[in-house]
Amino acid sequence: MPILLNPQMMRQIIMDHYDHPNNKREPKHNNYLSINMNSENCIDDITVFLDVKDDIVIDCCFTGVACTISTASTDIMCDLVVNKSLKDAKYIIEQFENMIHELPYDESVLDEAIVFMNTSKQAARIKCATIGWTALDNMVCNCEKCQKK
Amino acid sequence: MLDVKKIRQDFPMLDGNKIMQGHKLVYLDNASTTFKPKCVLDAIANYYQNETSNSHRGDYDLCYNMDVKIEETRHSVSRLLNCENKEVVFTSGTSMSINLIAYGYGMKYLTENDEVLLTVAEHASNVLPWFKVSEIKGTKIGYIPLDESGRLTPENVEKSITKNTKIIAIAQVTNVLGYKVDIKAITKIAHEHNILVIVDGAQSVPHMKIDVKDLDIDFLSFSGHKMCGPTGVGVIYGKYHLLEMMDPLMSGGGMNAKFDMCGDVKYVNPPAKFEAGTLNIEGILGLKAAVDYLLNIGFENIEEYEHNLRQYAISQLETVPNIVIYNKEAEAGIITFNIKGIFAQDLATFLNSKGIACRSGQHCAKILINYLKEVATVRASIYFYTTKEEIDALVDALRKSGDFLDAYFA
Repeated sequence: MPILLNPQMMRQIIMDHYDHPNNKREPKHNNYLSINMNSENCIDDITVFLDVKDDIVIDCCFTGVACTISTASTDIMCDLVVNKSLKDAKYIIEQFENMIHELPYDESVLDEAIVFMNTSKQAARIKCATIGWTALDNMVCNCEKCQKK
Repeated sequence: MLDVKKIRQDFPMLDGNKIMQGHKLVYLDNASTTFKPKCVLDAIANYYQNETSNSHRGDYDLCYNMDVKIEETRHSVSRLLNCENKEVVFTSGTSMSINLIAYGYGMKYLTENDEVLLTVAEHASNVLPWFKVSEIKGTKIGYIPLDESGRLTPENVEKSITKNTKIIAIAQVTNVLGYKVDIKAITKIAHEHNILVIVDGAQSVPHMKIDVKDLDIDFLSFSGHKMCGPTGVGVIYGKYHLLEMMDPLMSGGGMNAKFDMCGDVKYVNPPAKFEAGTLNIEGILGLKAAVDYLLNIGFENIEEYEHNLRQYAISQLETVPNIVIYNKEAEAGIITFNIKGIFAQDLATFLNSKGIACRSGQHCAKILINYLKEVATVRASIYFYTTKEEIDALVDALRKSGDFLDAYFA
């Protein structure tokens, strides 16, 4: 990956991550950062947890209630950022945001997340595809701010 | 009998040229808002093109004529509800109406020893203002239990009343389940205990004949935009002596008779007391056109048409595999459902991709979840201009909803 995917494979990836979200679970200890995202326009209500040590993402997971798009998108996001530096995580988040908003993006870092390339077809659902990413972005930015201090 | 083909010609949004996701628009979100007939649009345009002026503000004919037109709107609403003109207060919509009652009446008279009774099926705008009263005055909030189908019965109202109950605030038709509540029976019980009944009419006034005198309602709130009128205008009906007791929410021009430097203010009488500042005049004139339009069609006709269409919709929807319908027996044109295995919002997005406008979510009734035992549902809601063909389009789409991710890939 990434390879040229056909729509059938893209559907399958989304459904796999929706039906079996590996990262939808409680954090392993109490020292994770966390942010709750509760969309006023839709049903999604998720909490994203992030464990960072020495600038490296040790673990990322989430809990809550969410639709297919936000569950699969957040689950794939967690897979993508584990074991990455905060800087790399930030880069991946930016590329995903660019893709969703139909801007030029670096697909080499997005792996399975490219299945959401068509989200803009359903503009009302952009928020679903990005809700977990927005949470992660906030936490990563906070980490960076702490380090600068 | 209502001629739906002819009626649809009155609505620019139903001209067949509105395209959503490459399909002809099928609008099934009428519980959220409704389309406007041309007469309403004309009334608004006419105000700006030919008769712009403020009300209550001038000595010239243009302004006087506007005062007359606003009173004519009050009269149209009083014909709609069978009340007096002076019992009609203009607001921005149901939310403001209920807030005004909660703040102007509830906050003034309720104490920590009192109780307000609601149900879990109420819309946020009939819950949160009472939470606010509770927060500030310490008033208790109680919930009248619904029966196993989700219906509010007079028997349960009677059982829930305590010696502290002062207000019962309920929707005549709830926005998720669509059951028609027997308001007359409830006001009878309530008044025997000196309890006021405050009715949220947002989902009932647009669809059925309402006689506030016969139903003996104390306060009734509704919005213009859910009944073919413009957004940003609504009404409170209140029994006149209650309006006299109630405080205004806003102060300012047009609602005071005199005031002095010591801070003494004398308010004018209701309804003007509650209408500070320049009114939403275009909205009020649009509301008049909408009310007159509906009265001309006739609420008996509207009710009958919607009832038959609902029966048809249920009979067709029942044939869709894996569908769960939560309110088959409800009277109003609100149908709440899910397809097993598909998250409600994903289903609504799929319907969008077929040009069908439905609403998914908790429909602003967030405490109802515990009752439905579902996080979210999809709601299709009809009006008197909805057709069987539009129901068929919904049913056809739902049959194919197994491929709901097509919305992103097809």
